[in-house]
Amino acid sequence: MTSLSATIQDVFNQADCAKNTNKSQAVRKKGCTKQLQPGGAAGGCAFDGAKIALQPFTDVAHLVHGPIACEGNSWDNRGSASSGSDLWRRSFTTDMQEIDVLFGGEKRLYKAIKEIIAKYDPAAIFVYQTCVPAMIGDDINAVCKVAATKLGKPVIPVNSPGFLGSKNLGNKLAGEALLGCVIGTQEPDFVTPYDINLIGEYNLSGELWQIKPLLDELGIRILSCISGDGKYREVASSHRARAAMMVCSKSMINVASKMRERYGIPFFEGSFYGIQDSSESLRKIAHMLIERGAATELMERTEAAVTREETKARAAIECFKPRLAGKKVLLVTGGVKSWSVVAALQEVGLEIVGTSVKKSTREDKERIQKMMGHDAHMIEELAPREMYKMLKEAKADIMLSGGKSQFVALKATTPWLDINQERCYAYMGYVGIVKLIEEIDKALHNPVWDQLRNPAPWIDDDLTWHAKALAQMDVRSAEVAPKPLRVEKASPVKRPCSCEAVGRRVIKDAGAAHRLTIVDGAAPRTGASVCRASKETIQDVTAHCASMPQAAE
Amino acid sequence: MAIVTSSNKACSINPLKMSQPIGGSFAFLGLRGAMPLLHGSQGCTSFGLTLFVRHFKEAVPLQTTAMSEVATVLGGYENVEQAILNIYNRTNPEIIGINSTGVTETKGDDVEAFIRLIRQKHPQLEKLPLVYVSTPDFKEAFQDGWEKTVARMVEVLVEPVDAAAPRDPSRINVLPGCHLTPGDLDELRAIVEDFGLRPSFLPDIAGSLDGHIPDEFTSTTIGGIGVDEIATMGQAAWTIAIGAQMRCAAEAMQAKTGVPFRLFERVCGLVPNDVFIAFVSEISGRPVPAKYRRQRGQLADAMLDAHFHIGGRKLAIGAEPDLLFDVSSMLYEMGVQVTAAVTTTASSVLERVAIGEVVIGDLEDLEDLAKARDCDLLISHSHGRQAAARLNIPFFRAGFPMFDRLGAAYQMTVGYRGTRELIFALANLIVADREDNRQPTPDTWRTT
Repeated sequence: MTSLSATIQDVFNQADCAKNTNKSQAVRKKGCTKQLQPGGAAGGCAFDGAKIALQPFTDVAHLVHGPIACEGNSWDNRGSASSGSDLWRRSFTTDMQEIDVLFGGEKRLYKAIKEIIAKYDPAAIFVYQTCVPAMIGDDINAVCKVAATKLGKPVIPVNSPGFLGSKNLGNKLAGEALLGCVIGTQEPDFVTPYDINLIGEYNLSGELWQIKPLLDELGIRILSCISGDGKYREVASSHRARAAMMVCSKSMINVASKMRERYGIPFFEGSFYGIQDSSESLRKIAHMLIERGAATELMERTEAAVTREETKARAAIECFKPRLAGKKVLLVTGGVKSWSVVAALQEVGLEIVGTSVKKSTREDKERIQKMMGHDAHMIEELAPREMYKMLKEAKADIMLSGGKSQFVALKATTPWLDINQERCYAYMGYVGIVKLIEEIDKALHNPVWDQLRNPAPWIDDDLTWHAKALAQMDVRSAEVAPKPLRVEKASPVKRPCSCEAVGRRVIKDAGAAHRLTIVDGAAPRTGASVCRASKETIQDVTAHCASMPQAAE
Repeated sequence: MAIVTSSNKACSINPLKMSQPIGGSFAFLGLRGAMPLLHGSQGCTSFGLTLFVRHFKEAVPLQTTAMSEVATVLGGYENVEQAILNIYNRTNPEIIGINSTGVTETKGDDVEAFIRLIRQKHPQLEKLPLVYVSTPDFKEAFQDGWEKTVARMVEVLVEPVDAAAPRDPSRINVLPGCHLTPGDLDELRAIVEDFGLRPSFLPDIAGSLDGHIPDEFTSTTIGGIGVDEIATMGQAAWTIAIGAQMRCAAEAMQAKTGVPFRLFERVCGLVPNDVFIAFVSEISGRPVPAKYRRQRGQLADAMLDAHFHIGGRKLAIGAEPDLLFDVSSMLYEMGVQVTAAVTTTASSVLERVAIGEVVIGDLEDLEDLAKARDCDLLISHSHGRQAAARLNIPFFRAGFPMFDRLGAAYQMTVGYRGTRELIFALANLIVADREDNRQPTPDTWRTT
């Protein structure tokens, strides 16, 4: 275990990780993975992270050494796309039984490797260590070494038992496995001054292919993409690239920085989400390649392509502007996406009411500040209950997030769009951002929302589940409030602002009936006072009403 | 009839099986205000959670004791304690259901003892039911986790009743196996209620995972059977258990409360439903309502219409034992040849599957057998779709997980109506496949 703990220490000591360098030596030593709280929210484990990082290598067999839980419960749950082999979609596990736990699972592991090679003849086998074999002391390094020698195939141990820590740590441990046993073990057939590596791009929903044609056009070759649509031979010979781009995540920063250290491959961190970021990244790639010997005319061609693509993308999103202007977006996502799509969303007139910065670095936060101004709503942590409340009260018209929070939005009958790993569409590059805006438009203007928010005709307005949920929430927040002031606020008699008791629907109906156009008109007719917080809501509704035909009473 | 064999591969390829602890958590999800808790590292929970969410398209409460490397080696008392306290304080559950996993079983944590200590230390938890079930990942499968967990619920939560005490003749207990969907439970509920009986389902995933929009935001389950109702299940006149896996729970109920039980190994198909309806009619003392007489006729007609398409098909089926037995038996009675059958774990019903051999194995075994024996219909959970695509035969999704289609919660196989729906769905699949992929050409007759 000493070497594994040394690896983990090393992973935490990343000089290129901005978040890390801000810490003191002592804090840094503790590592950046906060231990999850028992009974708190559940994220993925280190094994999960390692598998996620490496699974997009398509022509290798991914063998999970452990009991059925680790692979049986999780396989085939990510949508990376492959342009060739589909071996990665098959699932391999040793399915350890009680007897293996008692007597050790090494023999079974060796036999499993042998079976896979006999049946599927993969380019290589990645063997993932999980908690149970790690506990009983199965030495997967030794087994892999023996198997590789005896069977004549690369067999790569990935030491990432789940209990070591979070998904993020697992990503990095996967990177260490590549650095230790794969990268630099083969030579490419030929090299050009236009060879790059993409690191930390997983080709979810085929996103890589939204960028690849542009690079192809510029004559830039992706020598290896780690790991989207990856092939074993490509990563093994990736050390001959001239430059590298860390795509949209620090998940494998250790790979990028160690490849710079060992092979002198410079890298930068970039993103292909949003128009400006895509252009910026293309320019940087060109710039780096030129610095390392590519012809300077590459920059001109890049500029020309960038201008052309930007014009095309802007023209494509133009028609959405009138439909989206002023709509409010809540962005709950991780890291780079918390700011990289912001510019594009703002460009069509969407207003960002909040963006999560839980996984963001200081740099990310500065960028958000710059983009959204000083009143940028950066959300450190948003509990599901708070999120629900925010959506219920219509503080946002749509939420963009990952799949885990989707039901919070859907049950609050608020439009929602998946922009994390389980999404159905690709949002990368110039084509992708247009698609994203198109999807936001589709979600926002879907006619289901009006139908679903209206209660059944036989239900009293105050008894709709909307109203009940909000009322209940008030009581809940009063219960947990430490200060007596909050309790007072929750009591209906002393409520300083009565707006919360007045449903959006009531205001809307009144607005429609009386063709209200100003806030002051709404207040006496609906019983809503006009406090600062609710003014916006009423304004919103009345503005909407003004444009609607008068309702028959 | 059938011999049960086990494939002796060292490497399981494309697993059909899922782990025992999440089968246990699944059972806890059928309890109102429940928080299932897996005692293991965070991935154990995260994988199960993702699986449930993908299947039901619902928010699913599931928690972890977040065992770190050090905690695993030293023992997880503190993690269990903290998890229970955190859940208690944050989500105010009516019950916490705890399942062990591979890591904590390898270490050998004595969770029952932990719970006793925790109760001593934290008197505020006195009234909170904590049900623990040992479910190591390295043994058995999903169905076993459910089986053990429901039996344990009966042992811990049902209050003992004096055998001589009078029973409520209108109350019955229903113990459904994990192969039944929320849609199945709703159908069964409707049937027994139409006979004037009041059923208590344990567990009742129809209440929690049927996809309704709740009035309130809650971090625990949004419905299901309440702990209070479970406590009184001993007053019922009868227990109906569905699926062989529920025998343990039914026996536990009888041992504790004296409630007699009747086990129905299957409720899909004409004859099994005749038996079921006749039994319900008997215990309720009421004649079979016209509705079910009519439904029986409808099913009979559906069988007549569909047998042209379904009859003679060579079926490859991969499913957990009770579902495998249930569906394959019904299809056998429709003229299907059950040609390849793969399951996840041992069970007494496997011997009665209408085939010479049932293999305890994985989807690769199923694919190989289907290919070798020239099967032309494949039934399994969603993971079987790759095999069906390679074999180029029609594929019907049944069981858990069903992550690539909507409506998994409503797929019905019980009752006359459920059987009819299943038959129609299968027959239509075959008709569509024939139209789309098997149109005759001048050459095709030569090759076969």
